Amino acid sequence: MEHIVIIGNGISGVTAARHIRKLSDKRISIISAETDFFFSRTALMYVYMGHMKFEHTQPYEDWFWKKNRIDLVNAYVEGIDHKEKTLRLKDGADIRYDRLIIATGSKPNKFGWPGQDSKGVQGLYSKQDLDGVEKYAPNNKTCKRAVIVGGGLIGIELAEMLRSRNIPVTFLVRENSFWNGVLPSGESQMINEHILEHHIDLRLATNLTEILPDEHGRVKAIKTDKGDVIECEFVGLTAGVSPNIDFLKDSGIEIGRGVKVNRLLETNITDIYAIGDCAEQHEAIGNRRPIEAVWYTGRMMGETVAQTICGNKTEYKPGHWFNSAKFLDVEYQTYGWVFSERTKKDSEKHFHWRHPKEKICITVAYHSDTNKFLGINTFGIRMRHEIFDRWLTEERNVEYVMEYLKDANFDPEFYAQYETDIVAKFNTEMGTSITPKKKSWKRIFKIA
Amino acid sequence: MKIIKNIGLIIFLMGLTIFAALPVVGTYSLSPKQFGDFVGQKGIKSDLFISDIQENVVGQNFEGMFSFAPKVTHALDAANAQHRKNKEYKKIIYTKPHDMAAELGKISGSGFIVENKGLMWFLTFGLGIIGALMFILPNVVLLGKKGIKNNGIYHENATNRGWIAWMVFIFLVSFYLILYFRSEYAVNWTYLVDPISQSLSGNLAGQWFVYGFMYCVVMVVMAVRMYIKYRHNMYQMVRTTSVLFFQIVFAFLIPEIMVRLQMPYYDFKNAFPLDYDFFFQWNLKSLLNSGGIGLFILVWGIVLTVVIVPVMVYFFGKRWYCSWVCGCGGLAETLGDPYRQHSSKSLFSWKVERWLIHGVLLFALVMTGFTLYGFFAETGTVLGIKVQSIMDTYSFLIGAVFAGVIGTGFYPIFGNRVWCRFGCPLAAYLGFVQRFKSRFRITTNGGQCISCGNCSTYCEQGIDVRAYAQKGENIVRSSCVGCGVCSAVCPRGVLKLENGPEQGRINPTEILLGNDPDLMELVNRK
Repeated sequence: MEHIVIIGNGISGVTAARHIRKLSDKRISIISAETDFFFSRTALMYVYMGHMKFEHTQPYEDWFWKKNRIDLVNAYVEGIDHKEKTLRLKDGADIRYDRLIIATGSKPNKFGWPGQDSKGVQGLYSKQDLDGVEKYAPNNKTCKRAVIVGGGLIGIELAEMLRSRNIPVTFLVRENSFWNGVLPSGESQMINEHILEHHIDLRLATNLTEILPDEHGRVKAIKTDKGDVIECEFVGLTAGVSPNIDFLKDSGIEIGRGVKVNRLLETNITDIYAIGDCAEQHEAIGNRRPIEAVWYTGRMMGETVAQTICGNKTEYKPGHWFNSAKFLDVEYQTYGWVFSERTKKDSEKHFHWRHPKEKICITVAYHSDTNKFLGINTFGIRMRHEIFDRWLTEERNVEYVMEYLKDANFDPEFYAQYETDIVAKFNTEMGTSITPKKKSWKRIFKIA
Repeated sequence: MKIIKNIGLIIFLMGLTIFAALPVVGTYSLSPKQFGDFVGQKGIKSDLFISDIQENVVGQNFEGMFSFAPKVTHALDAANAQHRKNKEYKKIIYTKPHDMAAELGKISGSGFIVENKGLMWFLTFGLGIIGALMFILPNVVLLGKKGIKNNGIYHENATNRGWIAWMVFIFLVSFYLILYFRSEYAVNWTYLVDPISQSLSGNLAGQWFVYGFMYCVVMVVMAVRMYIKYRHNMYQMVRTTSVLFFQIVFAFLIPEIMVRLQMPYYDFKNAFPLDYDFFFQWNLKSLLNSGGIGLFILVWGIVLTVVIVPVMVYFFGKRWYCSWVCGCGGLAETLGDPYRQHSSKSLFSWKVERWLIHGVLLFALVMTGFTLYGFFAETGTVLGIKVQSIMDTYSFLIGAVFAGVIGTGFYPIFGNRVWCRFGCPLAAYLGFVQRFKSRFRITTNGGQCISCGNCSTYCEQGIDVRAYAQKGENIVRSSCVGCGVCSAVCPRGVLKLENGPEQGRINPTEILLGNDPDLMELVNRK
């Protein structure tokens, strides 16, 4: 029986395994040195915050793997011999594979800061990282201040975690507004305000220059490029992640920043595939980046590679871009492409609406010539994925989106609705006279 | 703010301590006149019992119910045993021994508690309410910005099955055991609410009035907590107001006022088979003897179960009853909210759930069949089984032990919906309708789930919500009571409770939205 070996038990590897099992009877092994069982990485923050126990982050009960004949191997892969089709494990053992899927995910970036390997300095990615936060920042007595370096999604999550235990947090952000390489300025500005509301010491346009350890090798302070020295007991490095592929050097597998793959997710070596955060497309797909370190894309690659491995050769063809996050108390969803001022083309125009009091806003991107709808960012309003996916496929224009916006609303029942305000502002700015249509189940479910 | 909270906690605990001490303190003395009147009113014909009580109880002073109650229960047991032996069936007293002790205790109570009902109310309920509110209200400030506030739930002793949780468990279980099985120890509690009971129904309070009043008080106070915790979430605000309204008006006030108006005691929202004794002989007789209102109740009760309940479930899901109207649900959603995370999500629990809840439904229906047959055939024995013994078994096992002692007592350990999930026959019935013929579902928002598990963790009904959401499937489960908390705690806006067309309600998806459109179509068509 063909033996499929998957390195990494994150969402990509596990999705691949589940789908291979659905489609075939092949022997499947998943190797991980991180944890025995699959857990949801995105939920680690909730364990520290006390919303959940670690066991709650595991989507499948422990019997699931045996029942589905997926062998779990707790081991660390040190190298690959693709000629012999063998993996070399740290404990000296070998594992033979017929086909190999590399799904080893990411590791937090470290940019060579002096002192970056001190105790109490870490990212937030793995189970071990969670244990580290618990060890070095268990409360505000042991950790009187924490510094977070890097203003992205993980940075703000780490800030929220530490604030949940009343630990004072200084948040160093390289940009002059939070995440403004991705978010348009209005949204970025709103999140800046929200960060301050949560009593986080946000320092924009500030870089880390050095981490100062004490005599025990534990962090005691950091220095910024503004010349400030900030005493702290914990430093979170959240300036992005990069593929976790050091063990592949000299393996003969082509690597760039990540493992180079084609659209079938195949590497340059036959029978070796790479998926998820660690995979790098030779050429970026559409507006996407060659390396997509996102939960959803990892899952999609897992679904896709399973088809290929089970004989139904399938290209990785992600549909319309979507993503989501939560900034402290503000939920964020995005469908299609909305670029920030720093990255957008001239032809991309934005319509922005923000609630006068609440932390709620949306930005709709459209093409300046054709008015074609390009994408939407929403903060504090939930939207229906299927509706926006459909509108993007149908290449609707921005007026259509405004007119039928109520169909897309996904907020819980009885929530205040803002479509009328949004469309009113749109009409004023664009000189249109659109009246929003009532929500229609028939349209939503395409019932004739 | 923290100081106010702590003072509130101390005041609350003082009130609780006094309340908890009441069952064992107090002075009881029964005068010959009181006893004589009692015997006359009750129509007691047992000379043995009367002389026993006159000899051993009347005219004496008892300190604490522990010394008083056994005299009464022994006297009753001994008298009944002798009468049975002598085949003097007319003399047998059918009041249960502990109820007799409670009734005699109620008239013989004397001393400080009885003379200072108002003050004692303040020292128990009053302090409890003030203390609890002082503990809860500062959260408006302490919780910070509005949003999901589950920080520390698994760090706190009280909400993570620590010793505080076990103390609450012991307190609740003991409270229910007293209510159902040792009502004489609730006598002192009844004094506290006598003035309120008299102003409503005109009668002195029994232990069930204490329970009803306390139920309302607890729900109001804990609803304040809900309002603060979920102040960002309009669905929770409206729903909490609804359960509060139905509890106070329908379950508490209307029945009491009906009694004052010489009508039968009836909770108009309590539907059969949760209201399992609706078709019991004594209830049918009482309704038929109550004129127009009795007939109306009889017709209403039947229409409620046969028409209103399923039609409403078709349009809104069983949530319209279980988490908007029902009293059990109301307590679970207020007092029980801090414990919702303890319901087990394992597949094993689900199997147990299905056997148990459908078993109870079957039991209730078979029992009702027997009682109705017995009623119309005017016989006490059906198929060689005594109808009364079936009713007694159900009342004891399901009505008292399951719904009461386990249902609420186990909140801090097994979550706040133990009864609703594993035992309630009405929930089972509503569940069938919800599963097979309803517009209600929890919609999963395309491919947005990140499998974090907040939804499953906080599902009070033990549904593994994530298992559906991460596959892009809508949640259509008979047990879902539509509390809306999965949707509230979801950090990515994935879940929405809604009533929509039946077509496409159940949506099997293998490949999630967002991936290759052709692949999705290919795989999902199969």
